[in-house]
Amino acid sequence: MSEGNATPDAEPRADPWADPHAVPFLQVRNVTKKFGAFVAVDNVSLDIYKGEIFCLLGGSGCGKSTLLRLLSGFETASSGQIIIDGQDQEGVPPFARKTNMMFQSYALFPHMSVEKNIAYGLKRDGLPKAEIAARVSDMLSLVQMDQFASRKPHQLSGGQRQRVALARSLVKKPKLLMLDEPLGALDKKLREETQFELIKIQESLGVTFVVVTHDQEEAMTLSSRIGVMTEGRIVQVGTPHEIYEYPQSRFVADFIGSVNMFEGRITEDHEDHVLIGSRDTQTDIFVPHGISGVVGQQVAVAVRPEKVQISKSQLHDMRNTFTGKIDEIAYMGNSSVFQVLLDSGKRVRVSQSNRMRSNEDTLKWGDRVHVGWHDDAGIVVSS
Amino acid sequence: MKRRSRFLLFMGVFGFVFLYAPILSLVIFSFNESKLVTVWGGFSTKWYGELFRDPQILEAAWISAKIAFLSASIAVVIGTIGSFVLIRFARFRSKSLLSMMITAPLVMPEVIIGLSLLLLFVALQGLIGWPGGRGMLTIIIAHSTFGAAYAAVVIQSRLVDMDLSIEEAAQDLGAKPVRVFFDVTLPVIAPALMSAWLLAFTLSLDDLVIASFVSGPGASTLPMVIFSKVRLGVSPDVNALATIIIGLVSLGIIVAALQMSRSKRSSAN
Ligand SMILES: Nc1ncnc2c1ncn2[C@@H]1O[C@H](COP(=O)(O)OP(=O)(O)O)[C@@H](O)[C@H]1O
Ligand SMILES: [Mg+2]
Repeated sequence: MSEGNATPDAEPRADPWADPHAVPFLQVRNVTKKFGAFVAVDNVSLDIYKGEIFCLLGGSGCGKSTLLRLLSGFETASSGQIIIDGQDQEGVPPFARKTNMMFQSYALFPHMSVEKNIAYGLKRDGLPKAEIAARVSDMLSLVQMDQFASRKPHQLSGGQRQRVALARSLVKKPKLLMLDEPLGALDKKLREETQFELIKIQESLGVTFVVVTHDQEEAMTLSSRIGVMTEGRIVQVGTPHEIYEYPQSRFVADFIGSVNMFEGRITEDHEDHVLIGSRDTQTDIFVPHGISGVVGQQVAVAVRPEKVQISKSQLHDMRNTFTGKIDEIAYMGNSSVFQVLLDSGKRVRVSQSNRMRSNEDTLKWGDRVHVGWHDDAGIVVSS
Repeated sequence: MKRRSRFLLFMGVFGFVFLYAPILSLVIFSFNESKLVTVWGGFSTKWYGELFRDPQILEAAWISAKIAFLSASIAVVIGTIGSFVLIRFARFRSKSLLSMMITAPLVMPEVIIGLSLLLLFVALQGLIGWPGGRGMLTIIIAHSTFGAAYAAVVIQSRLVDMDLSIEEAAQDLGAKPVRVFFDVTLPVIAPALMSAWLLAFTLSLDDLVIASFVSGPGASTLPMVIFSKVRLGVSPDVNALATIIIGLVSLGIIVAALQMSRSKRSSAN
């Protein structure tokens, strides 16, 4: 554990997951975990590369913590294989793994001071006293807890405890650090500040992070890539941009951000475009690229609210335009969100940023409006 | 409303008087000058002096203290191991059965516990020649067994409350399970161990029935001596002795309660 490789390897920062020759640092192969008849983790496969911040994102109870516990050795997989840094982890107990974990509850030792908490892992490695002291004080300053070194955990605030837990899990310089909802107990403002700090720390130490969260904004901010989980399965893996802009299923589109979903069937299937007939719209929806599907197949078109345009006048430069009337307006400060009731009866969410302070062409409740989106704004999802 | 609260106050006072008047009168009469237990003859501490000159009582007190100390220590060790196994390793179904069985001595009549232990000792002696006659050793064994039951109840409740993830965190940082137990589990449950020890100590000091069953010649505990003295008539030095015991026991209970509440508070954070 103590090879002392604090300096991150100077590797080219090209996305390793796009490189077919890159060797993943952590490989999860068809891992399943059952509790009795209940399947908590269902045939999960993942490749995570060195230096990544990989977020496991999913609702409560979807198996995120269980997957982390499998990686750190507190649970044994019912089937499948976990390989960390080229080593199969089967049969390796938690205390012998070269990974560390920051627990959801922080799990600080209540009877030890902050300093002793952080030093504990180093003591177990039998490092010389002087080195332990040096590394503990490095960590204390990294997480800005120098003044609190001799306090007990119950004398600290939630944010301070979180820092101690982070320091304790980083002090052994693990190659892989797992963080279970690390910022869950913090309030919104502190959470946002800490997110950036986490990224800074991760970059300066070059540790690979696997972060569990149920907060999609947090996942978006922190991660190099996101794995979206539901019911024990990973449904999509991709960069925050990919996950947001190209969701592959209704679930992912709906889970990340908000979305307008138009259910329908493929009516025309061409090489370069398809038409999708939906009861939600008066005319077929135009999609400017071919998709793998057959005529008559049930699909949905997902359109983000900020990609829908709204106007009292005709929208000329768009093929997908529909008419309706404004049903609700929510002023959010930096943007306004409109609910438009289309003539088909479908409700559409439209979000517009408030660039001007006032607009002579202000949209009011009950106005008849045109809504539409550019050809490439809609994403077709079939599952 | 006012009527009712006055009624409640009255009931409360009555209840406390009912509970504590006998004890209070005992304490007061331990400072009685007169030899007659029922007649106040002025304040004096002479019975306390008398007490400390009575070799029989001093010896019994020493025996009782030794028994209580040793049996409380054994009880805490057994209780800790028992509850740890029960909470951490037993499967769900067997857990409730075992936990009921471990607490059974709490509700079992003392006479039955005493009798069954006596029979066991006699049978053991016939079979393997141990424990070699009845005396202090047999009392210690007897007190350890029922002390362990009480200790287990106290320690179990602390172990159940304990956040398992702090043990996991220690393992995650490289501590093997035995280390985790001594570095993390034991310090965290230490206040419970302390109060369990005090409880077992007090119970042992208190016990008359079980000790009478399993004791032999030359090993009379303090309660046994008091009881035999009282049968010959209540003498004021017994009052003095009882007052000292009450003082010690209350001290033990207060310390145990403080320990428990302190550990609750620090673990609540
Ligand atoms: N030790 C266990 N025994 C039985 N069921 C468990 C156990 N641990 C977790 N589960 C179940 O597995 C599911 C996933 O739990 P978890 O991984 O903690 O979810 P989350 O994504 O919220 O972290 C939950 O339904 C939970 O009840
Ligand atoms: Mg969880």
